[in-house]
Amino acid sequence: MSDAADAGRATETEAGTDGRDASAEYPLRVEDLHKSFGGITAVEGASFRIEAGSLTGLIGPNGAGKSTTFNLVTGVHKPDSGAVCFGDEEITGLEPHEVANKGLVRTFQIARQLDEMTVLENLMLAPRSQVGEVLWRSVLPGARRGVLAQESTVRDRAWEMLDFFEIDHLAEEFAGNLSGGQRKLLEMARALMTDPDMVLLDEPLAGVNPSLEKKLLEHVHELRADGYTFLLVEHDMDVIMNNCEHIIVMHQGRVLAEGTADEIRSNERVIDAYLGENV
Amino acid sequence: MSGGGFALADARSYFRDSTAATAAGVLAVLYVLLSIAAMAGVGGTVPAWRETVLVFTVYALLIVAVGMLWRYSRNDAVIIVGVMAAIYVVYLMAGVLFLGLPLNGIVNTLRRITFLSAVYAMLVLALNLHWGYTGLFNIGVAGFMAVGVYTMAMLSGPADIALGLPLPVGIVGGVVAAALVGAIAALPALRLDADYLAIVTVALSEIIRLSYNSTVFQSSIPRLRLAGITLLPSIPVGTGGGQGIRTPTNPVRALYYKDPGDTSAGLTDLGEFAFGAADGVSVTLIGGQGVQPPVVIALTYVLVLVAFVAGFYWLLIRVGNSPFGRVLKAIREDELVANSLGKDTQRFKIKTFMLGCALMGLAGILWRGSTGFTQPGDYLPIQTFYVFLALIIGGAGSNTGSVVGGIVFATLLFEGPTTLARLIPELLQRLFNTQLGSPPSTFVGAVAPIAQLDLTPLLAYSLRNISTLRFILLGVLIVYMMQNRPDGLFGHRKEVAAGVDLRRPDRDTGAGAATDGSESG
Amino acid sequence: MGVSETYERGRRLLVERPFLALVVVVGVLLFLDLLYKLGTGAVGIATVVGHVWNGTVIGLIIGLAGIGLSLTYSILGFANFSHGDYLTAGAFSGWATSYLVAGLGSSADLAALFLLTASPRAVGVTIASKPLAVFLGLGVAVVFTVVLALFLDRVVYEPMRDAGGISLLIASIGVALAIRYAVVFVYSTDIRGLTAGDVPRSRLTIVDGAVVIDAHEVALVVGAVALMLGVHLLLQRTTLGKAMRAMADNKDLARVTGIPTERVITATWIIGAALAGSAGYLIALKRGAMNYNLGWVLLLLIFAAVILGGIGSVYGAILGGVAIGVVNNLSLVWIPSDFARVAAFLIMILILLFRPEGIYGGVKTA
Repeated sequence: MSDAADAGRATETEAGTDGRDASAEYPLRVEDLHKSFGGITAVEGASFRIEAGSLTGLIGPNGAGKSTTFNLVTGVHKPDSGAVCFGDEEITGLEPHEVANKGLVRTFQIARQLDEMTVLENLMLAPRSQVGEVLWRSVLPGARRGVLAQESTVRDRAWEMLDFFEIDHLAEEFAGNLSGGQRKLLEMARALMTDPDMVLLDEPLAGVNPSLEKKLLEHVHELRADGYTFLLVEHDMDVIMNNCEHIIVMHQGRVLAEGTADEIRSNERVIDAYLGENV
Repeated sequence: MSGGGFALADARSYFRDSTAATAAGVLAVLYVLLSIAAMAGVGGTVPAWRETVLVFTVYALLIVAVGMLWRYSRNDAVIIVGVMAAIYVVYLMAGVLFLGLPLNGIVNTLRRITFLSAVYAMLVLALNLHWGYTGLFNIGVAGFMAVGVYTMAMLSGPADIALGLPLPVGIVGGVVAAALVGAIAALPALRLDADYLAIVTVALSEIIRLSYNSTVFQSSIPRLRLAGITLLPSIPVGTGGGQGIRTPTNPVRALYYKDPGDTSAGLTDLGEFAFGAADGVSVTLIGGQGVQPPVVIALTYVLVLVAFVAGFYWLLIRVGNSPFGRVLKAIREDELVANSLGKDTQRFKIKTFMLGCALMGLAGILWRGSTGFTQPGDYLPIQTFYVFLALIIGGAGSNTGSVVGGIVFATLLFEGPTTLARLIPELLQRLFNTQLGSPPSTFVGAVAPIAQLDLTPLLAYSLRNISTLRFILLGVLIVYMMQNRPDGLFGHRKEVAAGVDLRRPDRDTGAGAATDGSESG
Repeated sequence: MGVSETYERGRRLLVERPFLALVVVVGVLLFLDLLYKLGTGAVGIATVVGHVWNGTVIGLIIGLAGIGLSLTYSILGFANFSHGDYLTAGAFSGWATSYLVAGLGSSADLAALFLLTASPRAVGVTIASKPLAVFLGLGVAVVFTVVLALFLDRVVYEPMRDAGGISLLIASIGVALAIRYAVVFVYSTDIRGLTAGDVPRSRLTIVDGAVVIDAHEVALVVGAVALMLGVHLLLQRTTLGKAMRAMADNKDLARVTGIPTERVITATWIIGAALAGSAGYLIALKRGAMNYNLGWVLLLLIFAAVILGGIGSVYGAILGGVAIGVVNNLSLVWIPSDFARVAAFLIMILILLFRPEGIYGGVKTA
């Protein structure tokens, strides 16, 4: 009945005894997260971990706590209790920028492009700790030379990224003028520009047309082959089932089940939860 | 810009949707009417008519020229210089042909509008860093100016209540104090929503003004006693209270006078030469004696100000066109995104707020500090609104727009109405030989004659109260800009925040390869 | 249990929010100091009572004006910087009417009456001597301000309904300038003396002194409380109140559920402007003089009251107004009068920093 979930738990506790192994094999580990807003409990004891180099899917009916979990992991909200570890550090309760600087970067469910900045500017914003982000370095004549040198490399990388996502023709366009699908591409490209160890994709396919959807997923698989780790939140069951080798199902703020697509498909609790929600 | 095919098609589109073109059209109609009237010999005094027609023709051409420059020039320095030059011509022609000012007066008029343009350009540039770049809605500009000027005056002013330190110490102290007050305001306040930040900053600027206005600190900072224990002794530095405080002698005087504070001590060599040369200047068209020493000194100071404007501009362009500026823009667009990409947005905001406040303090010092005297009334919230309107006109987010906004505000909106109020009676006199007569003293006295279809009393009353009408004009203009052109004159332009040319590097070398990266798309 | 819990809360406050703790400590110290000063006789009880009374009178006006500001803030979604100048417009239109009514048939000419330049002594308006002139003036103040607000909504704010709060805020600064200087264009910047003659007053003897209360203050209190009651009934007994609450909550949802949003907005302006106009008229009645800056100077205090009470809350605005008024006056016990406003502004800033939802926060009573 719930073999998959139980099995998942079991391995988790085993690995948990040896922290170093866990951090190498499972860069992101979430343990017993709780969060409530006002009187409403959004996440109630969620625990899971993400294997290095994997493409893991996170699904669940509306209100299951997926987005809140995402926000708790990335520091947008602070958990009431529980722990989030990334790599060999605990990142519970850190600010979003601190989480991002550890190499854990997210995208947003509703694409949050920076409207009045060009696509190139959007991308060039992302790289971490650019020397020119220090005010005096950007201003002082001697120090600025170093800033400009780095600017050239960042620009070149941005163009590479544009080529990879095949949106190079939009480079000079204001991000606000992009179509919904293009925004999703930009959002993913921008996250990758930070050179992350792991990317959390929050419904990257919502509102994207089928052909672009295919392309986006191809990009994800390609990047995975290059060694990136992805956690993908998606509404669309089929997408998750067909693309993710490991799937986590959330329901009512907890992890309901974990496992491969086949295991999830045959899991009665998952079926109950989804039928109950009539999705 | 390709040269050949440009003119006709572009000019047509320009005329179709440009406010400047509309204004030029109005002037053109005026010009035709005037020409007809001149040919028909209306008014009798033909030379006056010929002059008027000439002036209005030039004005119409100028407006078109500036409009074209605005739209098609990619060189920001050319735009700024072009706008300023056009405004000089406007004032020069009005001064020489209509008001009959002597040379000294003409030079002083041009100096005055340059002075105001420069101080507003600096203030607008500083505010643009806050609001245009970072989206920090600071409407306490006047307060930060006040901190700069008062700190400077209290540290190195000539008054008994000042410390009498050297001027550079005072200036640096003023700038640092403005930055620190900015930091105190910023640390907690930057967490607030934009409209709350607005209320906090305007309240803070009023707190600052009321504190300088208070009698408590008038002659000294009183000792702080709590429960009979003196925590801080009395400090013999005061603000002057409501009576204001003297600011240090303008240092450019030292170029010309041996003792800048006392003219009777004689002139320096440069002074002898410059004053002599300026007095000897004569222009055939303009009568009167040459340029007098006070104007020479003021003119020198204006040159210093222009250099500072260039410095502000240079600094802010560097700040903007850098990774730092990119983060600021991102904060303006969506702070959470910047945060999620690993940028410590609070730190960026605090740094930016402090830098902007320091620049506001410096701008205040260069402006009010140069006039020899300052008082709390110089820092009313209206001062902030002036700067804001200038920024909105120029277009929030653009440094070039900020400078042009400052110039346009200072010369056309601030000085324009009062100049116009002097011109209109003169023109009526010359063209129609009518005199407005002394204006009625009350509004009722101005409006009542309308019943007899006599509009001149109302006109005379309006001209006398032109500074009141100017406020109404500014208010209406703010509403108009927010409704119709919230991006201002320059807001539509892409000023990309990066330190390098962003065109695709590998194609850059090939001939004619810039198609992808050019801004024309 | 109770003690340790209190102790624990205190400890957490001190550790987690040291700045707030400092503010609390300062507040407690000031209160103890006030008791000490009263005990030693450094400050008389009558003086304190007088401060509280004056503060309450001013506070009611601030609260009255605050209701409108609070309503427009929550329903139209912007901080209206021209609200203070609605008070000015109300005061000048109302007092011009009062002077015309009171001075009719006297030696003063119409122009001088309309422009309020006629000698206050010759016209002699007080609530006791010319109650009709005062009532008519108050009525015109209300009507004129409402018409003005609706006109401005139509030409300024209606075309900007979809604009953001900041755009509207900036536009309202423009409106404020235009109104204020239109008043100057007609009335100049001179201070106008308004009431003259003998305002009936009574001395209330209190322990160590007396507090003087005059008829205009009483009229102001009665008028303000009556208007507040009226608004209370209007919002509680009609569907308008419910519609306003719904709109303040979620504009789009309100529109979808069939609430006539434009009509609610109109009603908001009418209520807000009527209260602002009457507040302007009444404060001028109490002070006996006014100039073009009347409302602008009060604006930040009104903002302070609204923020203190919680944006969107009618009762919060009233309570906030009284609190700000009392703080403004009671602060005179410690600081010179030129810092009274500074104290009120500081309190507003502190509230914004530590409890931006206001004292009444969360409870939307619209």
